[in-house]
Amino acid sequence: MVRNKIGREIPERYAKQYGVFEGAWARKPNYKRAAAKVSTIYPGESKLLSSIREAIEKTGLKDGMTISFHHHFREGDYVMNLVMDEIDKMGVKNLSIAPSSIANIHEPLIDYIKKGVVTNITSSGLRDKLGSEISKGLMENPVVIRSHGGRARAIESGDIHIDVAFLGAPSSDEYGNANGSHGNAICGSLGYARIDAKYADKVVIITDNLVPYPNTPISIPQTDVDYIVVIDSIGDPNGIAKGATRFTKNPKELLIAKYANQVIVNSPYFKDGFSFQTGSGGSALAVARYLKEDMIKKNVKASFALGGITQQMVELLDEGLVEKLLDVQSFDREAGQSIKENENHYEIDAAMYASPASKSPVVSKLDVVILSALELDTDFNVNVIVGSDGMIRGASGGHSDTAAASKMSIIVTPLIRGRISTILDKVNTVVTPGESVDVVVTEVGICINPLRQDLIEHFKDLPIPQYTIQELKNKAYEIAGTPDPIEYDDKIVALIEYRDGSLIDVVRKVKE
Amino acid sequence: MKALTIQKQAIAGTIESSDVQIIIDQNPGKGIEIELKSSLEKQYGRRIREVIEETLANLGVKEAKLVVEDRGALDCTIKARTIAVVHRSAGITENYDWEGIEAWNV
Repeated sequence: MVRNKIGREIPERYAKQYGVFEGAWARKPNYKRAAAKVSTIYPGESKLLSSIREAIEKTGLKDGMTISFHHHFREGDYVMNLVMDEIDKMGVKNLSIAPSSIANIHEPLIDYIKKGVVTNITSSGLRDKLGSEISKGLMENPVVIRSHGGRARAIESGDIHIDVAFLGAPSSDEYGNANGSHGNAICGSLGYARIDAKYADKVVIITDNLVPYPNTPISIPQTDVDYIVVIDSIGDPNGIAKGATRFTKNPKELLIAKYANQVIVNSPYFKDGFSFQTGSGGSALAVARYLKEDMIKKNVKASFALGGITQQMVELLDEGLVEKLLDVQSFDREAGQSIKENENHYEIDAAMYASPASKSPVVSKLDVVILSALELDTDFNVNVIVGSDGMIRGASGGHSDTAAASKMSIIVTPLIRGRISTILDKVNTVVTPGESVDVVVTEVGICINPLRQDLIEHFKDLPIPQYTIQELKNKAYEIAGTPDPIEYDDKIVALIEYRDGSLIDVVRKVKE
Repeated sequence: MKALTIQKQAIAGTIESSDVQIIIDQNPGKGIEIELKSSLEKQYGRRIREVIEETLANLGVKEAKLVVEDRGALDCTIKARTIAVVHRSAGITENYDWEGIEAWNV
C-alpha cells in the first residue's frame, strides 16, 4: 500500500500505474496532445448508413476496443442501450466503455458485464443498481471514476483512447454537422460529446432528426464525423430534463441556501463582473434565487455563470443580471431552448470547461462555486461518489475541478440526512481534497477552512453562527449517534482518479 | 418501577421516515429476540438493538419477540416507541408510572 498526500491507501500496482495524489497543483501538464486516426471521405461518397448494426460493422469494432457515449440525455438516453444491444448480438466481447457518465436507464449494462461484453468502465459516476452491483464485486477490473475535467484530460493526453464514439445528436445533416438544440429530444449543449468527436478514431452520429445540409449551429463538425445513422427516437425528452430539481420548499434547504448566499454577497468576490457556478441540487438552486435578489438590490452584475446550466441561470441571463452563460451541459429544457435562441448563452466543450491539461479551462476564471456533498470529513475531504452504506451511487462531475480552480468553493450540505451525519471523522471515499474546500454551509451555521485565514478574517463579523469542522461534526454525532464504520473487503471495485490523473482514493468491495 | 409483562401482540410507531415501527409479542422461554430491518443496518444496527434492549431491561421485560422496521429513527424515538409498545402489550392504557420511567429515561 502507498499512502497518498491525504492519507488514503492505494494498492501498489495502481499507485505504480497512475501515481498517487500529491496535491491539487502537483502535476503541471507539459505534453503533446493525442490525436484521432482519420480516413477521408471523398466527394460523392455517402456517410449515411441504414442501421446501428451497419455502423458498428463499418467502424471495424473488434474485441478489446474502447467505445464512448455522452450523457447529455441523462435518464432519457436510448442510444447507449440500443448500441450495446446490437454489439451484444454481434458477439463482440471484452470492450472498454468510456461514457461521460452513466444513468439509471443504463442498468442493462449489468447483463453486458456478466456476459463479458463489457470488461472495463470509466465514467464520471454510477447510479443505483449498477453502482451497487459493482460495489458488490460484479467486475473483475475496477471502474475508473474521473471528473468531467479529468475525463477531458485523459482523452487529450491519450490515457483514454476512444476507438469508436457513438454520439446521439438531436439534429444532424447527412455529413454529420450536429447540435443539441434543434429537434425533438433536445439536450442543449453537446459539450461532453465534442471531445469524443475530436479524439475518437471513428465517430458515429446517431440522430432522429436528419435536417438539410448544412445544419447549424455546428457543435460537432462534419470534419470529425465518419457515419450518420437515423433511428426513430434517440431519447425521451422528460428523462432528458431530469438533470435538475425544482425550487425547494424544504425549510432546511432554504436556510442553508440563505446562509450560502450571505457568504457569497459578503465575500470579497461579490462585485460587478464576478462569476459563479451553482449545481442543480435543491439548496444550490435556491442559492441562485437569493443571489438574484441581492444582485438587483446591490446593482451587481455577473460577467458569466458556468457549468451545468439550469432554468434559474437562464432567467438571470434574460434579466441582464448575468452577461453570458458558458454551458457544457444543459440540465433542463429551458436551458436547451435558451442556448438555441440567445447568443450570449454559449456552448463550451468539456476541455474548455474544466480540463487541467488544456492550455487554460474556464474554471480557472471562476470566482465562486456552490457544490453539494454526500459526506465531508474533519479534514474537509468531500465524498460525492459513495453512499453512507458504502455503495457507489453518485458522480464525480465537475466537483473537484471547480473546487480546485475557483477562488471560493462553498459546500452546501445538511448536517444530517435522515439519521446519517454528513460530517464524519473520515469520509468513505474522497473525490475532492480538503485543500480545495473553502467554506462549508449547513443549517446550523458555517465553517471556514483554516487554510483560508483570509476568509476567516474577512467573515469575522458575518451574522451567521460559525463553528470549527470538529464542532460541526460533534453537533451531528450528538443528535444521530456515532455510526459504526462500513466494513470493506480488500478487493478494489473502483479507482478514484483526481483531475490530474493521479489516484486520490480507491473504493473497496463492501463486506456482505 | 414495577416490571411489565408482555401479554399480547401490540404495535407502536409508523414507517414514515425518521420513525420506527415495533411489533411486540410473547416469547415464552426464549428471552429477547429482535428481528430488525433497517437501511442503516451497517452503521446503526448495533446501536438500534442496544437501545431497544436497554429500554426493555429498564421496563423489566425479559421475554419478548420484536419485529422492528427502522426508517432512520433517532435514539429518543426508538426509546419512545419501545416504551409505548410494551405498555400496550401489557394492557396499560392509563395511570402510567411516569416517575418510574423518568428514573431511567434521562
